[in-house]
Amino acid sequence: MSGTDMAFSGQAITGTASASPAGLRPVLLPWLAGPAWLAAALVTHYWPDADDFPDTNLLAILFGVVGIALLIGAALRLLTVRAPWLIVLGLGLGAWEIAQAKLIALPRPFFGTPQDLLDVFITDWHRLGLSLLHSLGLLAVGYAAGSLSGIAVGIGLGRSKRFRYWTHPILRAIGPLPPVALLPLAFVLIPSSWLAGEALMALASGFPAAILTWSGIAAVDPAYYDVARTMGARERFLTFRVALPAAMPQIFVGLFMGLGASFAMLIVAEMLGVKAGLGFYMQWAQGWAAYPNMYAALFVMSAMCTGLITLLFRVRDRILVWQKDGLKW
Amino acid sequence: MVTPSPGNGLALSLSGIRHGYTIGGDFTAVVSGVTLNVAAGEFVALLGPSGCGKSTLLRLVAGLEPPHDGEILADGLPVHGPDPDRILMFQDPTLYPWRNVRQNVALSQDISGKRDNAAIDQVLSLVGLNGFERAWPHQLSGGMAQRAALARALINRPKLLLLDEPLGKLDALTRLTMQTELHRLWKERGFTAIMVTHDVEEALFLATRIVTLSTRPARILSDIQVDLPFHRHRDDPQVLQLRRDILTQLGHRDDW
Repeated sequence: MSGTDMAFSGQAITGTASASPAGLRPVLLPWLAGPAWLAAALVTHYWPDADDFPDTNLLAILFGVVGIALLIGAALRLLTVRAPWLIVLGLGLGAWEIAQAKLIALPRPFFGTPQDLLDVFITDWHRLGLSLLHSLGLLAVGYAAGSLSGIAVGIGLGRSKRFRYWTHPILRAIGPLPPVALLPLAFVLIPSSWLAGEALMALASGFPAAILTWSGIAAVDPAYYDVARTMGARERFLTFRVALPAAMPQIFVGLFMGLGASFAMLIVAEMLGVKAGLGFYMQWAQGWAAYPNMYAALFVMSAMCTGLITLLFRVRDRILVWQKDGLKW
Repeated sequence: MVTPSPGNGLALSLSGIRHGYTIGGDFTAVVSGVTLNVAAGEFVALLGPSGCGKSTLLRLVAGLEPPHDGEILADGLPVHGPDPDRILMFQDPTLYPWRNVRQNVALSQDISGKRDNAAIDQVLSLVGLNGFERAWPHQLSGGMAQRAALARALINRPKLLLLDEPLGKLDALTRLTMQTELHRLWKERGFTAIMVTHDVEEALFLATRIVTLSTRPARILSDIQVDLPFHRHRDDPQVLQLRRDILTQLGHRDDW
């Protein structure tokens, strides 16, 4: 009796003792994000640049605006989870500004300043935007075609012996080949470089989709088929309403891998033959030694790739709601 | 004798059933010469040692595989393949994880393309699963999952229910509840039932007739009418006597 009492009060004491210092930080942290950005703004504005850089004042204003917005956000209690990241980001941008724009610590022009990057977005946003749209268009067609045919081939491999007999050796011969290796040949054999890029991207995304659809279907518990068969289900139902949904988790792994492979294929195709898109933009920027433009293109590329993967995961989460637990992107 | 509602069950006749599998070029007999007639509305328990070929016998009756030799007649017509009138229920619930309870129960309707929501509601309340329609299979307990499987099997009012140790993996208390449930459903619906089990008590509690099978390849050792009224109590002297007889028959006299 007294033992439990002691345990209880002991717990209560340690509970209150540890609560105060830990409880203070989440309250204070959101209020530090704004000042971090404002400090970056002040440094940018008042510390003279080491060279004649464009848009220094605009950058200072931008940092300042973000800083004020974050203060408002803190007042509205919107920044709780993201506060640490926002603080580090503000401090990091400030440190970059000091190191490169004020001190030129790293050799130019390979390492740019924050204002160089900002200047690219201001002066060249039109071309960057068009390049992004072109890349997205190229990717969408090739990836969709490759994924759909990959799933179709995977279903065939999983459900039909004859299809497997004829397709498996071809898949083994061509599939593991990096699609990039086919690029020089494709640009010669296929008259349109756009079409050649699409074909190779379809190949890049189709192979993992086919293999994982097949493996997903191969792993379906045979009892699932028996249950449907004993109720009179025919081949069509067994394939599309039993095998396919059961294989869905694996299919999404294939779609994810295929998306990564088509990103690589997209950029290489644009660098080597397709005369548009983000890959082409980068190639062009390198030709002119326009390093800030390369950084800007990389930034846009990263946003595009992570955005598309987020989209894929959203679709997956919706279709696989029935799964007990899944990886969150 | 129990007289279930007539017309809902199916009469079954197995004559000279032999079956086996070719493994590594060698033919292994699993069922050897089983002849059995089951009247409409009977509840037959097939008792035998594990791995003796009982499950194979059910698969043959369900039409999932054709027998190597012999003939199976359902209401006088030869069995050539699966039929929604003869539903097989497995030891595992085998619910589709991507369908919720309601969608799982509606499976046979999706296969036939005839959706009947009233029938789904009715069978869900029959097995006591109202309120769980939207649950995913991984959220169900073992007993509830098996109830859902039972609802899925019963939704189209099959005339023959083939039960392959359906309660084998449940805990002891849930199993008792489910046995009572199964008995009630059989009485209400009047289907013919053939249940594979190796639980003598379960067979004595549910069946109107107990058929014991030998070790593999399976053949019939004994065929016992259980002429006791329901509800049978597990400590009834007559039940205990039958239990002793059957265990002796199966070669376990000294183990009990």
